Amino acid sequence: MTSPLRRLAAATTNTWRPALVLAVVLVAWWVVAARQVVPNYLVPRPEQVWQTLTGQWDFLMRNSFVTLWETILGFVLAALIGLGAAVLIAYSKTMERALYPIVLFAQVIPKIAIAPLLIVWFGFGLTPKIILAVLIAFFPVVISGVAGLRSTDPELLDLSATMGASPWQTFRKIRFPNALPHLMAGLKVAVTLAVVGAVVGEFVGATEGLGYVLLVANGNLDAPMLFADLFLMSAIGIALFAVIEAAEALLIPWHASRRAGTPLTTS
Amino acid sequence: MTAAAIDITGLVVTFRSKRAQTTALTEITMQVEPGEFVTIVGPSGCGKSTLLKVVAGLVRPTSGTVSLMGQQVNGPQKEIGFVFQRAALLEWRGARKNILLQAEIRGLDRADAARRADQLIELTGLQGFENALPHELSGGMQQRVALCRALLHQPRVLLMDEPFGALDALTREQLNEELNRIWRETATTIVLVTHSIAEAVFLGTRVEVMSQRPGRLLRTLDVDLPKERRYAQVMSDPTFDRLASEIRGLLGSGANH
Repeated sequence: MTSPLRRLAAATTNTWRPALVLAVVLVAWWVVAARQVVPNYLVPRPEQVWQTLTGQWDFLMRNSFVTLWETILGFVLAALIGLGAAVLIAYSKTMERALYPIVLFAQVIPKIAIAPLLIVWFGFGLTPKIILAVLIAFFPVVISGVAGLRSTDPELLDLSATMGASPWQTFRKIRFPNALPHLMAGLKVAVTLAVVGAVVGEFVGATEGLGYVLLVANGNLDAPMLFADLFLMSAIGIALFAVIEAAEALLIPWHASRRAGTPLTTS
Repeated sequence: MTAAAIDITGLVVTFRSKRAQTTALTEITMQVEPGEFVTIVGPSGCGKSTLLKVVAGLVRPTSGTVSLMGQQVNGPQKEIGFVFQRAALLEWRGARKNILLQAEIRGLDRADAARRADQLIELTGLQGFENALPHELSGGMQQRVALCRALLHQPRVLLMDEPFGALDALTREQLNEELNRIWRETATTIVLVTHSIAEAVFLGTRVEVMSQRPGRLLRTLDVDLPKERRYAQVMSDPTFDRLASEIRGLLGSGANH
């Protein structure tokens, strides 16, 4: 069999299952909505959602970009702050004792509960949404970063000592690359959570963004708009997740989770 | 008189944990002259790896002194090469880049280091695998890469901690013969720790036999065999049998101690 054919066959075997599930869900949805099992103002028909999506495309895109921007800023900040905290915790017992309680506290406090406070403090603009996204997303980055940095083989650390490596060289050449697989897993979780943070911020006080549009649609009993909005929120999460996956494939092609090879040598 | 490559006097190493205190090494005194190949053989857990780490400055002596080429050891030593039990390679770097890590961290001249890496790759038969990642290499090949990395900066002393312990017998013999050749060609002083009696006698110009924990040196045996060695010849030499059974006897009696 030729290679393109084989690749096509492989792609088909990998995608037909999720495609089938999606098709079944769509058909079930259509049956439920079209036959009015549930009234249309509760569950719209798929084509109504489609019409809203295409008809109100510019409006929806403008608001999607607001949410996307909040999410990206929140995620990037969460990644930087989370990694910084992870480095401090992994390198210093004192910092671990000082920072872990704060990190944990920030994680367990219900974010929806503090959202109104943030609106009072920072107004209706971008800031409270970004802060909420950071608060929700940075925890998995810290946890995965600490786990990654601590997983360095002690022999590698002995090796770098016999080479006379400085702490910065050991970090840059050994500990950080070694932590990347863990860290990427944490970033994948974080990016999907950042979307949640941005939307929660918009729920509590905003004049634009998908969270705001959702509240308005809900108030108007505009089910097609509500569904179209939900669809776009999910699309943002999936797209950002895919970006991190692509970054992972570029950064750690050597890692066991991303390879399918056999040894080149036998002796 | 030139200084000994390694000079250990009255070395004691004790590890303290919360509950217990274990003595890993006790009253070790030994010298290694430049150009020697000393093998240390002993039962597992006798502290022979700890001995190498003390020489490398990775473990601090509880009492006694260690000097390396006339300089007292306090803290990690840079003038050595170290080969670990596992190859300890960076998973994300190809073989050649793993070897060159040594040059990057030491800030050696790039062109010189690259030339030397190529020589070592040829010396150890790694040609064709320069860009292979560690997981694509067999255990034997991985240890060859680790050996090249340890030799890149032309250390005067090479410390090897059971480097071939995880390999199958055939690969091990092959790598022993290669190491013998590298030692002859580079005139490096080598100290190798092993729990294989055959490996200790085959490689060493001198074998130090260690007792069970707490590790003491039971006896020093000079190996009267030519410098150039092949398994086929050495194994049939009566000297080999005599030394091997003497070591076996020592380790057996040490076990009852």
